[in-house]
Amino acid sequence: MEPVTEPLLLAVVVLTALAFDFTNGFHDTGNAMATSIATRALKPKQAVLLSASLNLVGAFLSLTVAATIAKGIVDAGIITLDVVLAGLVGGIVWNLVTWLFGIPSSSSHALIGGVVGAALAAAGTSGVLWSGLAAKVLIPALIAPLVAIFVGSVGTRLVMHFTRDVPEDQNDRMFRWGQIGSASLVSLAHGTNDAQKSMGIILLALIAADAVPEDSGVPFWVILSCALAMALGTYLGGWRVIRTLGKGLVELESRQGMAAETSSAAVILLSSHFGYSLSTTHVATGSILGSGVGKKGAAVRWSVAGRMFMAWLITVPAAGLVGAAAYGLDVLVGGTAGSYVVFAVLVAVSLGIWLYSRREPVGHHNVNDEWEPEADNESIVAESVVDHDMELLTVPADREHDARGEQR
Amino acid sequence: MSEFIEWQALGNVLLFGLIVGAGLPTLFALGVRSLAGPGARGEDGQVSLGRKVVAYACFGAVVLAVVGAVAYIAAGGH
Repeated sequence: MEPVTEPLLLAVVVLTALAFDFTNGFHDTGNAMATSIATRALKPKQAVLLSASLNLVGAFLSLTVAATIAKGIVDAGIITLDVVLAGLVGGIVWNLVTWLFGIPSSSSHALIGGVVGAALAAAGTSGVLWSGLAAKVLIPALIAPLVAIFVGSVGTRLVMHFTRDVPEDQNDRMFRWGQIGSASLVSLAHGTNDAQKSMGIILLALIAADAVPEDSGVPFWVILSCALAMALGTYLGGWRVIRTLGKGLVELESRQGMAAETSSAAVILLSSHFGYSLSTTHVATGSILGSGVGKKGAAVRWSVAGRMFMAWLITVPAAGLVGAAAYGLDVLVGGTAGSYVVFAVLVAVSLGIWLYSRREPVGHHNVNDEWEPEADNESIVAESVVDHDMELLTVPADREHDARGEQR
Repeated sequence: MSEFIEWQALGNVLLFGLIVGAGLPTLFALGVRSLAGPGARGEDGQVSLGRKVVAYACFGAVVLAVVGAVAYIAAGGH
């Protein structure tokens, strides 16, 4: 590569990695804070501020950053800056699309999907380690929610049992504190885990471009910018995802919220401890579902949950398609100019998705509104019967007479 | 299937997940019950010392677990 254009290409990759980091924070706020917002343990703005601060702290807390991306899933030999860039584009676009539909989906799976797609486009099927992909990504995506549903439902059931005859206001008062504590832990763990992924990518790019030596640690500006990008994303809050997690799956009260978040924190930390990493998003969603399963008489909207599971199954192929397309475009234009074109397209697509989202904005003001399932006609009819004064629906006798008169 | 699922790790996650993830909320619930459950307030309207000790022991254990988890994250053990 020419020495003049190389720094620019590096800058583009770093910027894109920070953008991915931003969408990661943005997309995953709900994992930690959706239940606290739904049960009103925290005001929406307080919740995202707390979560953002803890993500920021978490990013600095532990620095075991490794310059790897999709290790054991993609052949390390074919990872070039162009593949990384295309993979990031796939991850960002999938994050934004799922956010638009309010679907929580794993940011790390989206990134892996994007890189796998780009690797396929770059080197064909031999570039991907398929059994690694199945064992580390696809199967855990099925297992994580099941484990979390189980743990969350057992916890909720026990909590409900022991507090069944405690006055509701006392329960709410104390469990809200428990909820805030456990949600904070999830935020902290997220900041540590996920900010490091972006740091790793940027370090990888810096090494590939010979900007730092191969055995270099993470430069401070990388840590700082990754932490800030994620915190900013978290603070802006993926309100659409928060709304689905907090209101869409289960009607939550603080006892369930506390049990769900504790289950999430425990399963996330234990799974990485035992070297069987499960996605934060899958675990958090499963725990919330579990808190509905564990409460007698609680309604769980399995149709909403089913849509999520579908999204998780297509995360890798969908992000992969985008990643492959981005890589194709990069090669088609050719040279470093290709990377700039890919970056420009990414900016345009992101802007388009954002503009589209403004048609029906979801923000801190309406995040807790009643959930209205779109396709549930019966409940809408039932609602209108309840809401309307039946007398207004009947035609008064004299007007009925008039109408008949006109008809004649 | 053993090639695709690490059964032992999964079993550990499930077992310890249950102990910690369901156990801590239960402990917290017992603390709440001790402070505000039926019969918590005696005739003088106060919570007895014994109940307070039990409650704060439960809450204390939960707080300790959270502090331990933070230390664990900070130590890079994840």
